[in-house]
Amino acid sequence: MLILKRLKQFNTFNYVILAGVLVLASFANMPVAAEDLDQKGYDVAARNDRSDRGFNNSRVELEMVLKNASGAESRRVLEQSTLELPDESVGDKNLIVFFSPADIEGTALLSYAKILDPDDQWLYLPALKRVKRISSKNKSGPFVGSEFAFEDITGQELEKYEYTWLREEACGELTCDVVERRPLYKDSGYTRQIGWVDQTDYQARKLEYYDRKGSLLKTQLFEDYKLYDDKYWRAHVWRMKNHQTGKSTDLFFKDYEFNVGLSDGDFVRGALSRQR
Amino acid sequence: MTAIKNETKQVNKTDRFALQWAEFVIKNRLKTIFFAIIVFLIFAAGLTHILTSHNYRVFFSDKNPDLLTFEKFEETYTKNDNFLFVFKPKSGTIDQPFVAQAIEEFTARAWTIPFAIRVDSITNFQHTYAIDDDLIVEDLIEEASNLSQAEIAKRVDIALNEPLLAGNLVALDRGASGINVTLQYPGESLDELPEAINFARALVAEFEQNFPDLKIALTGISALNNAFFEATINDAKTLYGPMFLVLIVITWLIIRNLSGVVATVLVITLATLAAMGFAGWAGITISPFSGSAPVVILTLAIVDSIHILITMVQRMRVGDDKIAAIKESIRVNFLAVSITSLTTIIGFLALNFSDAPPFNALGNISAVGIAAAWFYSLTFLPALLALLPFNVQTYADKSRGPLQEAINKLAEFVIARARATLVFVGLLFIGLAAAIPTIDLNDQWVEYFDDRVEFRGDAKFAINHLTGLYILEYSVPAGEPGAISEPQYLNDLDDFANWLREYSKVRHVYSYTDIIKRLSKNMNADDPAYYHIPDERELAAQYLLLYELSLPYGLDLNDRIDIDKSSTRVSVTLDEITTGETRQFLKDIDAWWEARSPGNEVYGTGATYLFSFISERNIQDMIGGNIVAVLLISMIMIITLRSFSFGLLSLIPNIAPLIMTFGVWALLVGEVGMAAATVSATSLGIIVDNTVHILTKYQRAREELALSIEDAIRYTFDTVGAAVVANALILAFGFSVLMYSSFKITGDMGTLTALAIIIALIVDLLLLPALLMLRAQPKTKGVPYVNTKKTQTI
Repeated sequence: MLILKRLKQFNTFNYVILAGVLVLASFANMPVAAEDLDQKGYDVAARNDRSDRGFNNSRVELEMVLKNASGAESRRVLEQSTLELPDESVGDKNLIVFFSPADIEGTALLSYAKILDPDDQWLYLPALKRVKRISSKNKSGPFVGSEFAFEDITGQELEKYEYTWLREEACGELTCDVVERRPLYKDSGYTRQIGWVDQTDYQARKLEYYDRKGSLLKTQLFEDYKLYDDKYWRAHVWRMKNHQTGKSTDLFFKDYEFNVGLSDGDFVRGALSRQR
Repeated sequence: MTAIKNETKQVNKTDRFALQWAEFVIKNRLKTIFFAIIVFLIFAAGLTHILTSHNYRVFFSDKNPDLLTFEKFEETYTKNDNFLFVFKPKSGTIDQPFVAQAIEEFTARAWTIPFAIRVDSITNFQHTYAIDDDLIVEDLIEEASNLSQAEIAKRVDIALNEPLLAGNLVALDRGASGINVTLQYPGESLDELPEAINFARALVAEFEQNFPDLKIALTGISALNNAFFEATINDAKTLYGPMFLVLIVITWLIIRNLSGVVATVLVITLATLAAMGFAGWAGITISPFSGSAPVVILTLAIVDSIHILITMVQRMRVGDDKIAAIKESIRVNFLAVSITSLTTIIGFLALNFSDAPPFNALGNISAVGIAAAWFYSLTFLPALLALLPFNVQTYADKSRGPLQEAINKLAEFVIARARATLVFVGLLFIGLAAAIPTIDLNDQWVEYFDDRVEFRGDAKFAINHLTGLYILEYSVPAGEPGAISEPQYLNDLDDFANWLREYSKVRHVYSYTDIIKRLSKNMNADDPAYYHIPDERELAAQYLLLYELSLPYGLDLNDRIDIDKSSTRVSVTLDEITTGETRQFLKDIDAWWEARSPGNEVYGTGATYLFSFISERNIQDMIGGNIVAVLLISMIMIITLRSFSFGLLSLIPNIAPLIMTFGVWALLVGEVGMAAATVSATSLGIIVDNTVHILTKYQRAREELALSIEDAIRYTFDTVGAAVVANALILAFGFSVLMYSSFKITGDMGTLTALAIIIALIVDLLLLPALLMLRAQPKTKGVPYVNTKKTQTI
């Protein structure tokens, strides 16, 4: 009733102003809802991706610690070399060499990341002294029994997803953009992911993975960031927790080396057996 | 002589107390009713908190070592909950393209079932093969709609050559195929299972509609769990109502008075609802077995009221007014009703010795219900009767009815042939007891349910057309991290799997060795000569790494191999098999490993394993419960009868019927499930009631009326014979209603208890008087007992 009474006091001038405001507001708000939020999400992701570009090649040794629901542990040590390709529509080349456990020492995996197709992969088996090409849809599969899928580890390529910006939110001492991204790869194990990217260094802080039925599957935390060459941020601890099975995997990275002189010739099938 | 006087005085003391009680209750009848209803409301408010169980694991306590082993196993590998969908074309084989198409579509959709973490089917099976140095890993059937029948048949051939699939997800006769969905419930709410099962059923309905030539059955552990839940609901719907109506009819037949029926029905209703409310307050979950508590309480509760009403009606027939009759009835029944309630409570509380929580639950809920029935029969009932109009025709008919005459004839018969009766019952007892060892303990959970539960039909369908449902899980450790790639270990495991496959009841064995052998072949250009365990650990480890690197989302080996590669899992699917055969098989398996690798830590587990030992474990646990119940009940008998020798004597007619019951069961049925564990303690508490009635009357006849043994027996039969028979018939009837439970364990419990009550009645009428006749003691010469043709009430 109060409102009605007040409305009655409105004069024509007020109505005109009100109408103008409404028209302006509808122009301002309505298109933002869909496309602009997607664009904003893409921009956040792109800024994150580009903050990382230009390192050419890198090498890092890491330890994987796998834990099951009862707390039992298993460790694996490996080295990952990455060759950055200038073209954003092509994924990076990756070489992973296992150091331990002893019975897989020297096993080496070469992969050419693809955006929407299965990656090209070759594995060298020292016990067999042969290189085998793997043809599979394993991008979504777990990486050597861990809670990390292939698609979680190798190349977070920008064009693999479509994005929507959700909100801004405090993350620790920083402020983060919260962005949803949906994989375009048809055999992906995920329907969507929600990432937290800080607004200071443009780095990922947290990533939630939602499975095919839309339930929260895993949460990944990126910790212990260090800055290399005043340019490249690298998280040195990745923690992945599977909420459904209670299993978890932590990755502990040693120091990264950049521009270690790797070239295309080190990322070919024939080079695999030379890795020791 | 002084002893007798003292006893009489004490008896009078109890009588006086009972009389004062009755007077108080009648004087404050409105307050009593109000108070009784308040107490009821407080208890009954708990009804809103009642929880129903959704898991077969409710039958295992959290201290059960078998369950703890199972939980350890699940933490190491993966949770064992699953749905198994069985797809069978109504005619023809699964080579028909529409079948593969349906399975492929269903497989994709099954990932969206709530809590699903993995889906396995013939279509998404990761088929591996080699082309030169390429390892191809792909779905066995992809885009089935583009494949011809011949092309699909080729893939079914591959599946039938694949040990992981043949006889498991693909029927050996190509008649059916399965989709297995592994579920991981967060365990945060009771709605999780219904959510999953409703989704699964909707999916089945949708596919059966879209593919009318397909029959799809839904089984698996989650379907089993749901069956436990549905059986509970089913029993609640089908048993409680009819039971209630029948009890009303019985009460009417015995009392023939509307007020009496109304009062009795109110008492048993209040007692039963209060007990169920207690379950709600106490956080006791209701499962198929403990769901029988209302039926049990209704049955036991009615007896107290009927005793009180019978006496009251009898007194009114000989001319007492209503209030005087109520008082007299309370006076003479107070002790008997209290003692019989107490012994029954003890029998039910003894169920707490069992490991199975539903047994504990039934015991505790029933105990509270019996206590409530006792309380309401002695407060609410007399108060209400005092309030309600109650007319009884004075007794004109002098005849005692055919039942009483038959009972009196029986008394004469036993008195005349006491020794022969004793020998006859004794021989019968020995014969029946000798049959007990032939009882087979069997807990096949598919057989727990009758056809009214959907699960049973689906389970039978799966067993008939696809694969077994009884699955044994084994964890086979290799000793140290990574050691599962040791050739020695793999060879042992392979021999084990092959040995298992020779057993006639084994339908499928899932062993990691079948994967590693296939990889060895694939790594060597698919040369069949290489289909064997790799000769070196490094080779096996690297094959495994390669395979792990090539599996897609959700189809990894985490559910088969321990995280540090120190043990693997072997799943053994069994055909329909009794738990007795399973236990023997488990022993054979242990012996095999003991011979192969002494000191190994191989262990078996799984639902089938748990149920294989459930009866034995509960029977063992209940031995203690039975001993305590017997001791306590004997003590009560000794105190009540105020005679050590009478108390001990009462043990014979109380325990013999239990043994004879199992003897009869052994001869007539031959096998029993975990229900067997519960029956002896609860039946003891119930059948002891009639012994109490008979012995107290006999004792009064001997001591107060100073009758001879023969006359005391005549007196006893004449006064309580009919009541004892009626009592036993009501109880036996009530328990036999449980035969119509859709859950076999409940049905067996009901049948066994009813049987025990009837046998106890026969023993009480034959053996007990014979024992009294032959009991060595000085014969008191007294006034001969003459049937006064007047109702005696003492």
